[in-house]
Amino acid sequence: MHVTTLPLAVTAYTATSALGLGLGAHLDALDQQRSGLRPGDFGNGSLACWIGRVPGLETNALPADFAQWDCRNNRLAWLGMHQDDFMAQVGAARQRYGATRIALLLGTSTASIGATEEGYRRLEDDQRLPADLHRKAIHTPHSLTAFVATALDIDGPSLTISTACSSSAKVFASAQRLIQLGIVDAAVVGGVDSLCDSVLFGFNALELVSPEPCRPFDAKRRGISIGEAAGFALLERIDDDTTTSLRLLGCGESSDAHHMSTPDPLGLGAELALRDVLDRARIDVSQIDYINLHGTASQKNDAMEAALVARRFPTSTRVSSTKGLTGHTLGAAGIVEAVITLLALREGFVPGNAGTITPDPACTAHFAWRNEARPVRIALSHSFGFGGSNACLAFARPIAGAGL
Amino acid sequence: MNTLRIQVEGIGLWTPSLTGFDALRRLLAGEALSPPEAHPAASALSLNERRRAPESVLVAIEVASQAVAMSRRTVSSLACVFASACGDQVTTDYMCRVLARAPTELSPTRFHNSVHNASAGYWTIANDCRAPSSAICAGHASFGAGLLEAAVQACADNRAVLFVCSDTAGVGPLGELIGCPLAFGSALVVSPCTDASTSSVSLALVASEPHHAPLPAVCLAWMRDNPSAACLPLLAQLARGGGECVLAASKKLGLHVQMEVTA
Repeated sequence: MHVTTLPLAVTAYTATSALGLGLGAHLDALDQQRSGLRPGDFGNGSLACWIGRVPGLETNALPADFAQWDCRNNRLAWLGMHQDDFMAQVGAARQRYGATRIALLLGTSTASIGATEEGYRRLEDDQRLPADLHRKAIHTPHSLTAFVATALDIDGPSLTISTACSSSAKVFASAQRLIQLGIVDAAVVGGVDSLCDSVLFGFNALELVSPEPCRPFDAKRRGISIGEAAGFALLERIDDDTTTSLRLLGCGESSDAHHMSTPDPLGLGAELALRDVLDRARIDVSQIDYINLHGTASQKNDAMEAALVARRFPTSTRVSSTKGLTGHTLGAAGIVEAVITLLALREGFVPGNAGTITPDPACTAHFAWRNEARPVRIALSHSFGFGGSNACLAFARPIAGAGL
Repeated sequence: MNTLRIQVEGIGLWTPSLTGFDALRRLLAGEALSPPEAHPAASALSLNERRRAPESVLVAIEVASQAVAMSRRTVSSLACVFASACGDQVTTDYMCRVLARAPTELSPTRFHNSVHNASAGYWTIANDCRAPSSAICAGHASFGAGLLEAAVQACADNRAVLFVCSDTAGVGPLGELIGCPLAFGSALVVSPCTDASTSSVSLALVASEPHHAPLPAVCLAWMRDNPSAACLPLLAQLARGGGECVLAASKKLGLHVQMEVTA
């Protein structure tokens, strides 16, 4: 089966993470290779780890109109959507197409489970969530998307995609299909995940949390550093108004069929997703200038992914993980790294693989250990999640008269 | 609004008193319900996996297996979309209780079972399926929005897609708030309509409230008790071989479902 997909214009995008609020803060941090990780001080702080935390979420409640949605994850969504003029650009799209002709597709792994955790710490009579948290809206996996649909006034199809760490990469695939079939004219995609005990202690139980800042692709890497983030993008058809916008060329998807919490060491599933995106976008590995890797700093992911790079790409393809800067933002990692990839295309640079002290000998000459100034025309972003859910995105910078 | 034309190749259904699509046919024909079953068989899973998997996964796997068996599709190359409105409330209740009391005692297996894509993970692993898999949610509109997602994938990529929508009973303080006291799941194998299709289902987004033809009282009770039972109007159409309904698809939109039989 050979299916090509419709390239789309990425007409707006933004990210908020431990690196700061919006594109400017991210570009600065990437430029200086300044990590946003800090010693774990979330919750009771008993876990020896480093985290990527967005400051100020504890004290900035949502406006009264949105009180039923108030929780850490939705506050982070609210903060994120207010950066880089994103709300205004969505408003303009709403004017252009109508509110029901825009889809909303958001990824999250844990939505607002942090609020459920808090409720269980303060149960009434050991059996009822406390009155201030006795709100259905925030205790379901759809909490984020339902809130954002209301906040952005989007009335089209609204879907939460929750495939762990590939969640906010897979939203691009769903959006592309909806636009291609004419079900909608535009889509807001993105993802938000916030720090919570479920992921900190959950990954700790799997012995995947590093006691030091994460070191992706380092010979002595000791696991992941968990972060929180929000990111959004607006996708539209390519027309006269959007010819200069960066492009989403395609999305590849696959499953590992291997294990619930570890990747297939042979990387067969990851390679299928890669092959899928190359086929759909009709591009060849020799055209890929940069790959933002999944690069979590877990032993198994990084070994699998370094081997995949070595096996499939010429060394003209530069690769790096940026999780040493942001931490692993789980369900938001897809969109945060899509935004970093878009910045690399826009600014003409390859972000360095932050956090590494001694590169793993398995890493080949493809790895950009430091920032490299060079034009980037086509770039990929890898996202591989729990349950063996894989996604690869391809983005491009348009060049007048050069196709794509 | 563009219309999608699909065909339904396979149907799966499980709730304790209705353990397959044939049982729904019998119910609609006026027969009495069978005595309830405690747990779905979920025999696609190995014994070991069946022991590790939570109830939410067992229900999803059971209905998925029924639908795929009816479709006769090769399961290893079948794309799949798993929807659930509430997620696994039993696992969430366990996680939140342990995190409140002794967070370092959290079970790694129950943590990996807590991800929304647990059913998709168990399914693809059990069936050696490397096709795309997804796990989604859209609140009370999870069935309608999920069916749209699966149908769009089928039509855009010209392939068959397995769509599963299931929720299980909640427990504890979370269960008390959410109010989903029943296990209910359904599955459909959908594919793009071809000229040779003997029956087709047209799907279109419309700005109208959900509505459907009359259903037995017990079906309406299930629809109140479990968001995934929102599939029943469509399943009844499939059993009766015709009709139309509108399913909730988002905050403002419904999914109009029209069945056409040409043979």
